[in-house]
Amino acid sequence: MNFIDNPRKLRGFEKNLKVEKVSRRSILKGLGVTGGFVLAAPVMSRQAFAYETGAGKMPHGVVVDPRVFVAVASDGTVTILAHRAEMGTGVRTSLPLIVAEEMEADWSKVKVEQAHGDEVKFGNQDTDGSRSTRHYLIPMRQIGASARTMLEQAAAKRWGVPATEVKAVNHEVVHSASGRKLGFGELAADAAKESVPSIEGLKLKDPKDFRYLGKGQVSIVDLHDITTGKARYGADVRLPGMKYAVIARPPVTGGKLTSFDPDAALKVPGVEKVMQVRGWPWPSKFQPLGGVAVIARNTGAAIKGRDALKLVWDDGANGKYDSVAFRKELEEASRKPGLVVRQEGDADAALKTAAKVVIGEYYLPHLAHVSMEPPVAVADVKGDKAEIWAPVQSPGGTREDVAKTLGIPEGNVTVNVTLLGGGFGRKSKCDFALEAALLSKELGVPVKVQWTREDDLHHDFLHTVSAERIEAGLDKDGKVIAWRHRSVAPTIASTFAAGAKHAASFELGMGLVDMPFEIANISCENPEAAAFTRIGWFRSVSNIPRAFAVQSMVGEIANATGRDQKETLLALIGSPRIVKPAVKDLWNYGEPYDSYPIDTARLRKVVELVAEKGEWGRQVPKGHGLGIAVHRSFVSYIATIVEVAVDDKGKLTVPRVDTAIDCGTYVNPERIASQIEGAAIMGLSLAKYGAVTFKDGKVEQKNFDDFQVVRIDEAPLVTNVYIVPPASDTPPSGVGEPGVPPFAPALMNAIFAATGKRIRALPIGKQLEA
Amino acid sequence: MIKVKINGQEQSWDGDPDLPLLWFLRDEAGLTGTKFGCGQALCGACTVIVDKEAVRSCITSINDVAGREITTIEGLHPDGDHPVQKAWRQVNVPQCGFCQAGQIMQAAALLMDNPKPSHDQIREAMSGNICRCGCYQRIENAVHLASTGV
Repeated sequence: MNFIDNPRKLRGFEKNLKVEKVSRRSILKGLGVTGGFVLAAPVMSRQAFAYETGAGKMPHGVVVDPRVFVAVASDGTVTILAHRAEMGTGVRTSLPLIVAEEMEADWSKVKVEQAHGDEVKFGNQDTDGSRSTRHYLIPMRQIGASARTMLEQAAAKRWGVPATEVKAVNHEVVHSASGRKLGFGELAADAAKESVPSIEGLKLKDPKDFRYLGKGQVSIVDLHDITTGKARYGADVRLPGMKYAVIARPPVTGGKLTSFDPDAALKVPGVEKVMQVRGWPWPSKFQPLGGVAVIARNTGAAIKGRDALKLVWDDGANGKYDSVAFRKELEEASRKPGLVVRQEGDADAALKTAAKVVIGEYYLPHLAHVSMEPPVAVADVKGDKAEIWAPVQSPGGTREDVAKTLGIPEGNVTVNVTLLGGGFGRKSKCDFALEAALLSKELGVPVKVQWTREDDLHHDFLHTVSAERIEAGLDKDGKVIAWRHRSVAPTIASTFAAGAKHAASFELGMGLVDMPFEIANISCENPEAAAFTRIGWFRSVSNIPRAFAVQSMVGEIANATGRDQKETLLALIGSPRIVKPAVKDLWNYGEPYDSYPIDTARLRKVVELVAEKGEWGRQVPKGHGLGIAVHRSFVSYIATIVEVAVDDKGKLTVPRVDTAIDCGTYVNPERIASQIEGAAIMGLSLAKYGAVTFKDGKVEQKNFDDFQVVRIDEAPLVTNVYIVPPASDTPPSGVGEPGVPPFAPALMNAIFAATGKRIRALPIGKQLEA
Repeated sequence: MIKVKINGQEQSWDGDPDLPLLWFLRDEAGLTGTKFGCGQALCGACTVIVDKEAVRSCITSINDVAGREITTIEGLHPDGDHPVQKAWRQVNVPQCGFCQAGQIMQAAALLMDNPKPSHDQIREAMSGNICRCGCYQRIENAVHLASTGV
């Protein structure tokens, strides 16, 4: 009755390479050794492209080598490796598609295989920060062009003609002078023996000849498998002899087990063992929290066994964390001066002399990721070797952490990346894979650790909670002459360093110090905030509270001056220019500022585009309202208009959403649209319902009944997406995350237009019912 | 010994009769297309069809379906070409895809009961199925397409 499929299918394609008898050398970049065909990072060539990216500065940089990423079989099948994790953005399709485009491969003859975690071999694999297309458009084009060149060279040799006379066209190499043709499969063995051309000499396709890039007509490679139940996620891995585990973890972060009684659990049919799991002291980074594991023959038995455990915990230092009290603390801190992180002019003085000061105090609670697939991992540890199958955004980091946790060499750890049933930043942290590794090591058999939804909510690396306070000083004509923004929130740094109380530079750079308005006197401050739970990255991170505050304030200024929201917004953005905030080491999403400056012409453009296409100013029925917001994040520019309808009972619906995005040069507009449609849903979820709260150090929410997300019957009826056509050589920028931040403030501005009520604290909850 | 028919095949179980059908399908029968999302019938990821009705397998015990006929995503159509599956592909519904088996089974059950649902009926019938990626607009369009001919 058991069925065991072959887990090794998930590996990279060593097998295919052997078929082609390509000698394989490891990429030894980082060790200071390079082989003949190895073209290691940084590879950005100014000759070929007008911009540089931060890809080369990521851990392990970039590897541009067709022999690592591409294999051609004698039947013509082209296999392309996807080295980034698929969590719904479409990257497992988009990156290989870039290679196929440049290589002149026929997409219907391309097979995509998932790379395992090995950053020395593949380059950086952290699928986060909306970086994959941004960092890999050029390298993937170069890899494709190298492979194409090798195939062309092989054909030219076979025919005894100069390579300049042959050309790869749609899976064949053609010599037009003689009319001869050879398929990629016929050339595969010879091409593999060709030397890899230098990057500088590569000839890339003219974008006007693109068949796939920018067209949006290729569906994701997993589409058929997803619709037939064959797609394999972390939980779907089954190994011979595998045991199923669930873990009871300390209910308060940083707490410890005092005692436990396994007897009742052991009586549950199917339960085989109850054992302690090692936990790490607070702050525990990505290490497991510890607790008690119930091992069973299936997950249902393990869950039932866990319910029967008798557990006594010592809650530890975080046992007093209380969301109501903490909100007061944050708000009080936001009313006092804090660490100045950007200063231009004299905001204090200008606020004192301003004709009018508009003050907005905004509050946004913790959020949980609740990806549909809760954390899950399978580990098989034998002696000093470990193999992991898990839905991880960071397979390279997972490999390092498994090795460290088990005390074995990194080279002895294989991390197989399954599909991710959603990630949103949660699966950048591999604690669940480490739990599986520890249990498998102890039990000597493969173990699957399954988190329940309650586990997911109780032990998430939560989005921070924040108080944002903005004071805007207006002169007698209503022009904003002073801006003071205080942002107070526990920092992600606290997950790594005890006592970290100020935002890290990457958090400051997400909507606080990079604020683009043309105002003479600016002060951005970051008062202290302590953390009492694990804080982590959540899709678009600190941009959520900052965009909420800044763009809500634009609506408040519009109201205070009796002007149109959009005109107020454009007046604040000011002239088309490159903004140069007076900030030392301004964090720019890891990108060089020359390539990715804060360009207010682009910011204005998305506002104007969405206003035009979204019919800003249109007549809406009574009880409806329009709101607008714009935000630059992940070096992309996004503006959103939300139409809201609020009935006399305070029930809110969203008839229409319009979003314009400028993400530079893009690969797959169809997937960009799906990301933006989804971001509107996530934005609406966090605005309507999103709140994780604590009492006595414990998360109060348990499941989708008390941590609600938007369902189909409350989804916007229409979401329109407009993509700004890129100028040639506009660098690609982020898509996965930037859709989220502008949604909630646009909704708040719309609610104000519809009802006259200004909501400054999320979630909306029952605030409209009053 | 509990006997059930899953995708046309007889299966039997002599373990805990209270075992949720979800875990029987996934861990004992190896049918991993049906997903675990919440365990409380709140998200619909585990939806299967029992006889002709959409059922949340996470709160349905194996004993509750003794002698009944269960269809999972693997058994919806031999080639994966059920009109709902075809419509799903035509509209490019999925992002991460994890909730989609449950969505598709729910939609298939809806169309068995009501072959021409209105948009409001689609939204109502599908409201028990959460998609965190937010594919709702496309789900609605795909169900409508499946009902009008793919």
